Amino acid sequence: MTAGPTGPVTGRVHSWDLSTGVDGPGTRFVLFTSGCPLRCLYCANPDTWRMRDGQERTVDEVMEEIGRYRPFLTTAGGGVTLTGGEPLLQPGFTGAVLRRCKEAGLHTALDTSGLLGARATDEVLADTDLVLLDVKSFDVGAYRRLTGGSLAPTLSFATRLNRLGVRTWIRYVLVPGWTDDPDAVDGLAEFVSGLDTVDRVDVLPFHKLGAAKYEALGVPFALKDTPPPDPALTERVRGRFRAHGTPAY
Amino acid sequence: MTATVTTDARSADAWREFAGSGWRERIDVRDFVQANYTPYEGDASFLTGPTDRTRAVWEKVGALFPEERRKGILDVDAATPSTITSHAPGWIDRELELIVGLQTDAPLKRAIMPNGGLRMVENGLRAYGHEPDPLVTKIFGTYRKTHNDGVFDAYTPTMRTARRVGIITGLPDSYGRGRIIGDYRRVALYGTDRLIEAKQAERALLDARPSTADVIRDREELAEQTKALRELAEMAATYGCDVSRPAATAREAVQWLYLGYLAAVKEQNGAAMSLGRTSTFLDVYLQRDLDEGVIDESRAQELIDDFVIKLRIVRFLRTPEYDALFSGDPTWVTESIGGIGLDGRPLVTRTSFRFLRTLYNLGPAPEPNLTVLWSPRLPYGFKRYCAQVSVDTSAVQYESDDLLRPRSGDDTAIACCVSAMAVGRQMQFFGARVNLAKALLYAINGGRDEVTGEQVGPVTPPLTGEYLEYEELSAAYDRVLDWLAGTYVDALNVIHYMHDKYAYERLEMALHDHPVHRFMACGIAGLSVAADSLSAVRHARVKVLRDATGLAVDFRTEGEFPAYGNNDDRADAIAAALVESFMAKVRRHPTYRDAEHTQSVLTITSNVVYGKHTGNTPDGRRAGEPFAPGANPMNGRDRHGVVASALSVAKLPYEHARDGISLTTTITPEGLGHAPHERAGHLVGILDGYMAAGGFHMNVNVLDRATLEDAMEHPEKYPELTIRVSGYAVNFVRLTREQQLDVISRTFHGAL
Repeated sequence: MTAGPTGPVTGRVHSWDLSTGVDGPGTRFVLFTSGCPLRCLYCANPDTWRMRDGQERTVDEVMEEIGRYRPFLTTAGGGVTLTGGEPLLQPGFTGAVLRRCKEAGLHTALDTSGLLGARATDEVLADTDLVLLDVKSFDVGAYRRLTGGSLAPTLSFATRLNRLGVRTWIRYVLVPGWTDDPDAVDGLAEFVSGLDTVDRVDVLPFHKLGAAKYEALGVPFALKDTPPPDPALTERVRGRFRAHGTPAY
Repeated sequence: MTATVTTDARSADAWREFAGSGWRERIDVRDFVQANYTPYEGDASFLTGPTDRTRAVWEKVGALFPEERRKGILDVDAATPSTITSHAPGWIDRELELIVGLQTDAPLKRAIMPNGGLRMVENGLRAYGHEPDPLVTKIFGTYRKTHNDGVFDAYTPTMRTARRVGIITGLPDSYGRGRIIGDYRRVALYGTDRLIEAKQAERALLDARPSTADVIRDREELAEQTKALRELAEMAATYGCDVSRPAATAREAVQWLYLGYLAAVKEQNGAAMSLGRTSTFLDVYLQRDLDEGVIDESRAQELIDDFVIKLRIVRFLRTPEYDALFSGDPTWVTESIGGIGLDGRPLVTRTSFRFLRTLYNLGPAPEPNLTVLWSPRLPYGFKRYCAQVSVDTSAVQYESDDLLRPRSGDDTAIACCVSAMAVGRQMQFFGARVNLAKALLYAINGGRDEVTGEQVGPVTPPLTGEYLEYEELSAAYDRVLDWLAGTYVDALNVIHYMHDKYAYERLEMALHDHPVHRFMACGIAGLSVAADSLSAVRHARVKVLRDATGLAVDFRTEGEFPAYGNNDDRADAIAAALVESFMAKVRRHPTYRDAEHTQSVLTITSNVVYGKHTGNTPDGRRAGEPFAPGANPMNGRDRHGVVASALSVAKLPYEHARDGISLTTTITPEGLGHAPHERAGHLVGILDGYMAAGGFHMNVNVLDRATLEDAMEHPEKYPELTIRVSGYAVNFVRLTREQQLDVISRTFHGAL
């Protein structure tokens, strides 16, 4: 957003949390927006899927909550991360929060699948210090089976971020049998190595800590019998990214 | 430089190269440190690993640990009441030890100290299969009264009842009160001859005053202090050390200081026998020897490693009940490291690093209780190393130097867990804690105990409405707390009168100035239960369920309420107000020896026992469930992660809890960052942010649940697994099963 509208901008918010070193650098205020166009089989937060399940919040309300942590975040060396759900499902709200955080001198990060990257204006991206780009798979077919969406918008968003010079971390959830195909991993690693703005890749081992949420929601958890990757596999996949010249953790 | 009568040839050599003059003319270790220490602003790369010698000594004594664990105690001398000089010298390995001295004639062999209470000694002996010695029983049962006997002679019926039902617990009425830190550095810097001279000068001033009760007591105490210093020199001589003179080398400085501490732990079985703030003091000597080329870094580290081995094997004879309450066998050999000087220079030296390094050279361990006095202004290299040690060992706690320094100066040390004292100038009367959650139930029930039904507090009208009304409950709670504060301070006065009379800490007090500043250190437990209960009544509706006698025994909460621990002022302000108001009530009651009132928000591990003795509470906690430890939010109610939780705790006013506010956090490694190499840096950020927000104390555990669960199943695999519990650390595998489950059930931050 550029100049904000006069009426209060509101968004649908699931919750907020404080996290350290997993949603961008340092300790961060993490805002979970509600609503996501994808239905990733491994999703740990199925309770954020539907926008209508979130609570309506004004930007001011959100900023007031963030304000309570501003001195801490500044001293501790962190910032604010918008995640979800998919924050770009609510681009006006997301843009307004990012703008206000920048005005408050806070480091900003946007965690997105990139599917709706086109909805992020250049102005919004200018207010974004870091994009955490979740690339679910580098295989078009696997991407669709895993997420219900298509891969192409994510890749074009990555390219656009590179053109605009927006710092980017790639996030890659490693799911045995789904995202561990060596060719797909190598393909992504090669693609990423061509992007100057990508600082690192976080390879995140699939976990089932969200299983209870599926149960509570009465939604089947398709991967309930899928094991987490063993550490050797995780290290091997990280090694592929490193081999292409990108730091991977 | 002004020469004094005592600056004889021996001092001249011992003090070679040292700068400054004030400390030469009077007993003033702080002045010496300030004039001579070398701040170190670098990183940890200079440190060295354990030498073969260090490994051999540590392995030799470590070989005794499995048997000790199995039997409870390795051995005990049941026939010799311990004094500074009671036991012949003992060694781990006479050829290899650099720093010598044991509490008895053999490592891990415990001594008896019946002055605190004979029953405690007898129960301790019997519990581990030893018979009490008939002569000891006769002497301390017939001829020599103990502290414990004295207290119970003077307790009122109300005090006894309050103690029995658990509204006041942990009172040091049958054991040594502890929490007094002798300035053991004085032994090294001055030698006992000079210290005795200073004590005699203090005594001469008292001789000039009329013999009132207070003056007589002070004179007698000074006489005892002088005798204790002589006994220290005598004991040291049995180890071939002449501590009548100042230490002349680094090895002697460590040795003299340790012998001072050893004398204290030979004489007192105090609940906490803390060491003080010794690392930067010792660094002056180590640095001088390094500069003179007589030692190298490896030897400097060896001296600290050997010292720490000795501190790790301090043992007391206690009962299994006592050990269960405190999770093992803690001695609270607390060493305070780091901090910033009043002149702005960091008090960090290479020896600050060397102390932390022992956790690698000897492996992690709960003792000594390494405590970093933290400030965001500390050099980054030091902060980073501390955080790395926490990530690797979970054996360090942090306290805010920025809160301590303005109040008690830059020579402050922590006694026990969170109690600050200017070393050698201030002491405290340790006062355990009252149960704020139970007190809230007394307010509802008109002073009747919710478990036994008996009338414990003064008779007041019980609350009879179907739902609890906030105003009515607050007023009733206020009245109960008035009564509780009065009963509590009164009981403490009795205890400390008797402890001074029957179990006076002669040696520790000989290493204090006279007159000394005294604190009466009260404490509160169950803060988060009480605050959440009040929040529930205020922000939701709480229905009371009563039994046939009208006693409120359970509650049904309708609606949501904000809980303490989410950085939400609606709940946090209730907790902060409780701290402030109870402190105000405590201050209204006169104290023994005009001690200054303070309080802590600290439970040690008695949060489990307190919970066991407290009925259902309006916050939804079930009867018997543990409280949260210290000032922690209740388990599972802090829903926004470790930072939100910590910022709630940071709102508690230190001004009204100057004996310390304890927060124990457990963060999974992943919770500190996805990339392992970034975790220590992130922890630095969290500590900086928390302390800048006014947080006082943080215990940091970096552990995952799976490790703890595996350790419960296979304790033999984890002999060194150390976790911070509440202001101190314990071996996880030595906790009772109940305590292990409590630790595991606590919020693990960073699970998702």
